[in-house]
Amino acid sequence: MSDLPVLKGVLVLLACQLAGEVVVRLLGLDVPGPVVGMVVFLVVLRLSRPRPSSSLVRGPAVLLDHLQLLFVPAGVGVIVYLHELRADALPLAAGLWLSWLLGLAVTGAVVASLARLGRK
Amino acid sequence: MAPLVGWHPHETWDWLSRSPLLGITLTLAAYAVGRWAHRRTGSPVLQPVLVAVVLVGGFLLATGVPYRDYLAGAGFIGFWLGPATVALALPLHHEWHLVRRAAVPVLTGVVAGALVSITAAVLVTRIAGGGRTLQLTMAPKAATTPVSIALSTQIGGLPALTAVLTILAGITGAVIGPWVLDRLGIRDPRARGLALGAASHGIGTSRALHEDRTEGAFSALSMGLTALATSILVPVVLLFL
Repeated sequence: MSDLPVLKGVLVLLACQLAGEVVVRLLGLDVPGPVVGMVVFLVVLRLSRPRPSSSLVRGPAVLLDHLQLLFVPAGVGVIVYLHELRADALPLAAGLWLSWLLGLAVTGAVVASLARLGRK
Repeated sequence: MAPLVGWHPHETWDWLSRSPLLGITLTLAAYAVGRWAHRRTGSPVLQPVLVAVVLVGGFLLATGVPYRDYLAGAGFIGFWLGPATVALALPLHHEWHLVRRAAVPVLTGVVAGALVSITAAVLVTRIAGGGRTLQLTMAPKAATTPVSIALSTQIGGLPALTAVLTILAGITGAVIGPWVLDRLGIRDPRARGLALGAASHGIGTSRALHEDRTEGAFSALSMGLTALATSILVPVVLLFL
């Protein structure tokens, strides 16, 4: 029964996502349900302050350890678009990587300079 | 009387290629190989997700199993992205004392990053010769997959292609993100995490979590906030572009 904490932790995650998805639909919000679920789970964690051995820590830790696995099925969709990717290779590659680089650089630079100002 | 034992390779393959069992087993096996290769070589290029996508994609192309048949099983794995997004509250909780103090830089950085990402995605795609549909498909790619897919549908892009571009943006961040941040001279773990989460969502966050606790927490925070900011800003930016 040593895996019971993981099971309980996963159940809490599902419950939080369920709450998020229901709230989003009830109120007609343009926000993704799992993101609201993340806020709900953060409130649960802040209020309960679980120990490292608790199910609230061990369940999520298992999923976070294998985060990359969960993106594999959508990523494999690349083979459906091989034809389009080849035909529009230049705009897709340029659009993807230049905007990726600019987004990364601007976010990093803005936060680094504001954080430096805040410390003075 | 019929023989007790026969030989039915075609019927067996017909059943197997449509069975959820194949998609799930294949995905887990390819991911296990990816983890092993990553650990064995320590190379940032061999991210488990990248290795697994190449292996599974190659298998489907070689055998001719259609992507939607593969998804019959693999969809069960993709489902767990929702609960995993919820789980990102855990690193946030652990670093809450830092997050609370950095509220202004965090919010400013995420909004600036989302605006630049969306604008550059549309403009660069256009300048490089991409049509309107491609520009719309590219626009939401910095948000994590469930969100970017929903946005792409809403604005008239190709949602499945947006999913692919989103994953590629994520893999790019996991492979070269920390290296680019080093070159840019950005060393504050909070700034590095926020940048990775803003440009490369959950996949970038998985790399950040392995680099440093604080970096991982800020990346998770950034991913959640970028999903929100992108949902709000994409329709607004498109009014002007």
